[in-house]
Amino acid sequence: MSSDRVFGGVGLLLAAFFIWQATQVELGFSSDPLGPRAFPIIIGGVMALACIYPLIRPDESPDWPPLGRLLEIALAVAVMTAYSLALSEVGFLLATAVAAAILSWRLGSRPLGAVIAGVGISVGIYVVFHLILGLALARGPWGF
Amino acid sequence: MDALASLMDGFAIALTWQNLGLALLGCFLGTIIGTMPGLGPSNGVAILIPVAFTLGLPATPALILLTSVYYGAMYGGRISSILLNIPGDEPAMMTTLDGYPMARQGRAGEALALSGVASFVGAFFATWGLVFLSPLLVKVALLFGPAEYFALFVLAFATLGGVTSRNQSKAAFAAALGLAIAMIGVDGQTGMPRYTFGNVHLYDGIDFLVAIVGLFALSEVFIFLEHRGESEASGKDAKPLGRITVPLKTLKETSGTMGRSTIIGFIAGVLPGAGASLGSFVAYTLEKRMVDRKGTFGKGDPRGVVAPEAGNNAAAGGALVPMLALGVPGSGTTAVLLAMLLALNITPGPLLFTNNPDVVWGLIAALFIGNLMLLALNIPLVGLFVRVLSVPPRILMPTVAMVAAVGIYGISGSTFDLLVMVGFGVLGWVLRKLDVPLVPVILGVLLGNLMEANLRRALTISNGDWSILVGSPLTITLWTVAIVGFVLPMIVGRFFRIRRAHTAAGEGADPD
Repeated sequence: MSSDRVFGGVGLLLAAFFIWQATQVELGFSSDPLGPRAFPIIIGGVMALACIYPLIRPDESPDWPPLGRLLEIALAVAVMTAYSLALSEVGFLLATAVAAAILSWRLGSRPLGAVIAGVGISVGIYVVFHLILGLALARGPWGF
Repeated sequence: MDALASLMDGFAIALTWQNLGLALLGCFLGTIIGTMPGLGPSNGVAILIPVAFTLGLPATPALILLTSVYYGAMYGGRISSILLNIPGDEPAMMTTLDGYPMARQGRAGEALALSGVASFVGAFFATWGLVFLSPLLVKVALLFGPAEYFALFVLAFATLGGVTSRNQSKAAFAAALGLAIAMIGVDGQTGMPRYTFGNVHLYDGIDFLVAIVGLFALSEVFIFLEHRGESEASGKDAKPLGRITVPLKTLKETSGTMGRSTIIGFIAGVLPGAGASLGSFVAYTLEKRMVDRKGTFGKGDPRGVVAPEAGNNAAAGGALVPMLALGVPGSGTTAVLLAMLLALNITPGPLLFTNNPDVVWGLIAALFIGNLMLLALNIPLVGLFVRVLSVPPRILMPTVAMVAAVGIYGISGSTFDLLVMVGFGVLGWVLRKLDVPLVPVILGVLLGNLMEANLRRALTISNGDWSILVGSPLTITLWTVAIVGFVLPMIVGRFFRIRRAHTAAGEGADPD
């Protein structure tokens, strides 16, 4: 099963869902001749058409990374998600230092180097963007 | 000579200490961003937009900062191409072909200086082209009604997909996906929510800055994680520089190449959908056919360094023409710059030239100034930028991710936007793996609402009669060009398409 077939199939489902949702959009009392449904339906049609070609003549599959690397990417996504949620709770400096340290570690730093990199990046951004440029960063319970 | 008078006014605007400082900062940052493999013009500008935006800079200074970054990145891309054989960004891909062999012959300094001069010439004349061509294009654009605009948007998507993508169906999918994302939110004309699934955060739609930063910058981090440890090139492997000067003889020998490549690059840049990568590719290919009689191209011929560098810098200037005059960007980075303008509530297009002449001409004047700064920065200080190459990805990439997050959080202070950005990062990674181009997605997100508004306006004028879309000679011309631009590359085949190697660099390369 080539990647492009999966891609085409998922794309078709997405297009179908998109068109179905478009038909559910409520019409206002007064509307222009076209209304809010038509353009999304056209887009969904184009999307569906574009998905047919990869289904029939798929390209060669890309080199998907081995499972270990996929987990690395999943971990990075998890880190960024946790970072997004934690930012407004614990403040910019702590959240950024931790997230940057984990990313740096997974990109090949030694543990101690990663901690230094994390703290360095966090403090560096804080100094440049907050203290010098005056950008508002997320404040934690301790005011930074 | 209206254009010249306006340009003088532009210089009056650009020559303030603040604007000069921003131009210098932008040129410096841009060169650094361009130098680093994996970070190119669109990434660099994408990360910096939210920052410039949250700093509360007015339109002209913000635009000066970001276009300086854009021009700077075009200069910077050549450094790692020449020294490490790794293109710093996609437009610099062709520079590796002759630049690296020159470095191996111990002529790295000469190659860097020569390519700096070529970049300057390309960008300088392209900026003049911008001065004279955009007002002409504006005159044409003033004749445009909603139907013409709708056709123009279709044309932009069609040529973008047709020329730069290897697989047209995937480019069409990318465009549709971007447009679909733009549909999320409250419909501007009827006030009805669409695709919001009852989530209040979605009523305002997806902020295109969030989409851009996620798709371009964050997905880059994932690409690096995936390929960690495969090609560990750093400044330590760089060839010694040698003397950073160009012999006058070489300059004389390459001047013809410089001129031709500038013209070709500029034309490639102006065409909607074809950006700097195409400019440098076509310039190199044509130059090789024209002057390479002894077969020295690819073995360290100075003309092989000059052609792509003059070509891509000229294309960078050319790509600004349709962006400013029509509001339809010609490349990835100009799409990002368009996002900047939209975020500042400035709609590019013909009205920009009449309503905000200070923005347009201040920007163009700043480009001239920035270009001189870049020449000055890039020849004597090139050693400094070479040192930047020794910053390893394990430091660089977390910094990119965090600065991206800072910018997005700075705009809205919203956790939801950050989560959406992470989602777009994953989407960008998957699409890159599947060889689906990202630029049409961005263009779709940016232009979707405008495109729909024009379609609905056209049909309101005609009372629902679809034939208005082909109702004037202008629309018919635009549709014809769109169809030819999409279909012709399939028939002509591979000549105009950039053959990218199936490597991490090819896949991770930043679109220009």
